[in-house]
Amino acid sequence: MKRPWPRPDGDAGSALIEVRDLTKHFPIRSGVFGRTVGQIRAVDGVSFQVRRGETLALVGESGSGKTTAALSLLRLMEPTAGVVTFDGQNALTLDRPGLKRLRRKAQIIFQDPFASLNPRLTVGTMLREILHVHGLARGAAAEARVGELLALVGLHAADAMRYPHQFSGGQRQRIGIARALAVEPEFIIADEPVSALDVSVQAQVLNLLADLQRNLHLTYLFITHDLSVVRQIADRVAVMYLGRVVETGRCESLFESPRHPYTRALLAAVPVPEVRRTRSRVLLSGDIASPANPPPGCPFHPRCPHPDKDEICRTAVPGLRDVGGAGQAACHKA
Amino acid sequence: MSEAVLRIENLRTYFHSTDGPVRAVDGVSFELRPGETLGIVGESGCGKSITCLSVLRLIDPPGRIEPGSAIWLRDRNLMNEPEAALRQVRGNQVSMIFQEPLSSLNPVWTIGEQIAEAVRLHRKAGSAEARARAVEMLRLVGIPDPEQSVNSYPHQFSGGMRQRAMIAMALACDPAVLLADEPTTALDVTIQAQILELLANLQRTLGMAMIFVSHDLGVIAEIADRVIVMYAGQVVERGTTDELFRDPKHPYTEGLLRSIPRVTQKLRRLAVIPGSVPSPRSWPPACRFHPRCPYAWERCRSEAPPLAAHERAGRCWLDSEPERRVAGAWDALGGREAQA
Amino acid sequence: MNDMPERSGEIRHRALRLLMALIPGLAHLRQGHTHAGLSLLGLALSMITVSIFANERIQATFTAGRLDYWVALLTLAVTLGLTWVVSGVSSRHRLDARVGGSQWAIAWLGFKQNRVAMLGLYLMIALYLATLLGPFLTGYEPSVIGDIAATRHLPPSVEHLMGTDKFGRDVFTRVLYGARISLSIGFIAVTISITLGTAIGAVSGYFGGAVDTVLMRLVDTLISFPRLVLLITVIALFEPSLLIVIVVLGFTLWPSTARIVRGEVLSLREREFILAARALGLNSPRIILRHIVPNVLGPVIVAATLGLGNIILIEAGLSYLGFSVPLPTPTWGNIINDGREAMLQAWWVTTFPGLAIVITVVAFNLVGDGLRDALDPRLRT
Repeated sequence: MKRPWPRPDGDAGSALIEVRDLTKHFPIRSGVFGRTVGQIRAVDGVSFQVRRGETLALVGESGSGKTTAALSLLRLMEPTAGVVTFDGQNALTLDRPGLKRLRRKAQIIFQDPFASLNPRLTVGTMLREILHVHGLARGAAAEARVGELLALVGLHAADAMRYPHQFSGGQRQRIGIARALAVEPEFIIADEPVSALDVSVQAQVLNLLADLQRNLHLTYLFITHDLSVVRQIADRVAVMYLGRVVETGRCESLFESPRHPYTRALLAAVPVPEVRRTRSRVLLSGDIASPANPPPGCPFHPRCPHPDKDEICRTAVPGLRDVGGAGQAACHKA
Repeated sequence: MSEAVLRIENLRTYFHSTDGPVRAVDGVSFELRPGETLGIVGESGCGKSITCLSVLRLIDPPGRIEPGSAIWLRDRNLMNEPEAALRQVRGNQVSMIFQEPLSSLNPVWTIGEQIAEAVRLHRKAGSAEARARAVEMLRLVGIPDPEQSVNSYPHQFSGGMRQRAMIAMALACDPAVLLADEPTTALDVTIQAQILELLANLQRTLGMAMIFVSHDLGVIAEIADRVIVMYAGQVVERGTTDELFRDPKHPYTEGLLRSIPRVTQKLRRLAVIPGSVPSPRSWPPACRFHPRCPYAWERCRSEAPPLAAHERAGRCWLDSEPERRVAGAWDALGGREAQA
Repeated sequence: MNDMPERSGEIRHRALRLLMALIPGLAHLRQGHTHAGLSLLGLALSMITVSIFANERIQATFTAGRLDYWVALLTLAVTLGLTWVVSGVSSRHRLDARVGGSQWAIAWLGFKQNRVAMLGLYLMIALYLATLLGPFLTGYEPSVIGDIAATRHLPPSVEHLMGTDKFGRDVFTRVLYGARISLSIGFIAVTISITLGTAIGAVSGYFGGAVDTVLMRLVDTLISFPRLVLLITVIALFEPSLLIVIVVLGFTLWPSTARIVRGEVLSLREREFILAARALGLNSPRIILRHIVPNVLGPVIVAATLGLGNIILIEAGLSYLGFSVPLPTPTWGNIINDGREAMLQAWWVTTFPGLAIVITVVAFNLVGDGLRDALDPRLRT
């Protein structure tokens, strides 16, 4: 596969994106005058960095705030507070032209391959529009580029004439990837890109994403609830619970020796398609609390199975602390 | 092994449209024994959910269960029963739980009223008795404070709690068979673990037989005793869970197992089943998996393989020509991946 | 030499090609598209019939110096020309269209299978053609009063298809000319109202917040006005004229379209392809025009078709009350009003315009319902 755009500046391994104390609260309004009666703390002081060329997986269950965090990062949602630095620039204070430049560097792939494509446009029209808006190619050059993009994701140039509903789910996801690649980004947020696909098609898309990363030197922020996928594709992992990062670390070490009790429970809960073994399962009791009304202290303490759970867990919010290796965990007892 | 509670023979459910029949379920046979869990695994459009609905004869026009299909519940063939008799079966001897507990529960009635309704209907119980049964069932499925919860409305419950309530409703009349259609797919993984554990425990204490439908091989491995794999409206493989996961016979099962990422280890590269899931409007001819199969040869393209009647069987010509199962066939597919 | 049979085959082939080029619809018929072929053929034949029978009047166009004659002549020529062009073009490109399969093409396939809706569509086309061809279809003038004593209240006959009214005017001619008012008012008013409604609804739904609040309160206010009272008041204040009626109808009907569009946009805005468009740096006007509006056109077209029938009814009501276009210009409403007193002696004066209203409104509603079924997004992804 040829590389159609130059390698981005900066060394591999340096931080491309730095997120500090990102917070997104949604007001809960009530009454005739829309008085604010509370806050949904969707994202509550999240910090992480994504290094050039790596894949950081943001993992969490529903209500953990992972998608809100990602959308805030691209300013598809305005965060309440925090700093997002993209390639040394503060992304949250960009003006309109600056934002347009950001959107050439950072792109997003969505979960639902049916909802994420405009049903009225052919694939070619959709891609040409992007090339046109960003002044990347016109006329015959645009035509050639569309063919290139489709080839890049394993489709045929002739597919440009077809409409989204004429493709299968996996093919539509490829089209979604081609759309993201059209602006030649350095950074791609993949929001649950395979969860809506058939099992037998997921591997195709995961392999494609891995190939594209290698060939085009892309940096990924991979958002998912599926830990098996994380293990396969991520270099580093950040586990989120109720709007906070509770553990981060290198993928291998986090999966081999999780430090936070939530990570441990999460890993134990994943069903494995293998001959049944007697597994020592940590079953979590109860449900995830509502982000509108998070518990005081450690957000995880009401469900936490840790034997040493005590008063401090119920009162003080634990911060991320180094726990050896390159990992950090937000647990008083880790 | 004792007599089967449920035996499906040559089930064919077609949907008739102006462009010809859609053969959603096309000759499925299996049996379910008392107290066991049979896993049905397959992808979208393979016919697994339609199979479940067909068992209860809940197929509406233009769908139709074709003549020649038989659904034996113990010694009654449900195909020959009138609608009134079927209503006595549904929710009583055979009940069902669905993927979306929110849309399966009626938002205007309390949880308790909905459980009690089934009890009153099938058990001719009085309202106090039915209510007591509802509380008992909620306690059984692990809903905290059941005396209070019985008066809650579905929207006041979280997703996991709703699924527990659905299970309570389904089990309120002590069914012999529980059909579970992707009951944990919409749930978070930690909640899914709770529900799987709950279903396994309930089965142990109540002794019902269960059909568990899922697309997730991990969930199936966890809960099923025996498994059937469905592809393109047919059963392509059958066996105990151990046999199936240790040594898959059908290339489709084999491909699935090789292509799923594992939480326990990182694979160098995932194997890939090329192409996409076929549409029920036009199943491929002969062996329905041949366009995506790495082993396929002439015979697979011209002749449909049968499924042997054994307990352990695969619908594949490799059975008679095992030497064609060459190592490395899946890796050689790398190049074809792009055309998918 | 085996040149001869090949050449005769060639000639036969060429003759067939020529014949297909000359006779519209033949190519379709030959390809097995009976429906399309017969429609084209029928349309061409009826246009030719009109040209033969109205030969004198067609020639009069050049001397009469009247706009409606020119419009009729142009309609005749364009329709006839179109049947040939469509016949040639679409018979060649038919297969491609089926492979392409845009959402519109699929909706059309669905619509075509709905026989009742197709009947409505044919009626609609026939009505508009008859209206435009008006002067060529009748030998009488709508408002010229002749010998009243001799021609007053004549029952329907070959000369007067729908009889005559109390002034001896040909009712068929008056209904034909009345159709102009009804159909053009409907058409223009609906165009105004859906354009305004779509624009305001899309802006309101897409931007939300204060913009939405202000626009929707405006909509609420307009919708809560009793429309007929508003119409009568405005028309009473000004001199009743075609323009006033069109403007008033157009500007009072947009709020319901705006509401439909806003609702659709609110759900579309949550669709990921809109988010993707924003992530790709497309600006708001472009997103609204290219990604939102085409996706709400389905319900808008349905609303427009049903609205047309509604407007025709309202206009008929207004002119029956004498609040519409002034006499002696015929409208369906005022023809009925004219015949009101003599309903028992001359039933035809009120019956035929009444029937025209019913047929028109039913035709538009049939098409509207057919479109609703064909465009329903729930039926496909």
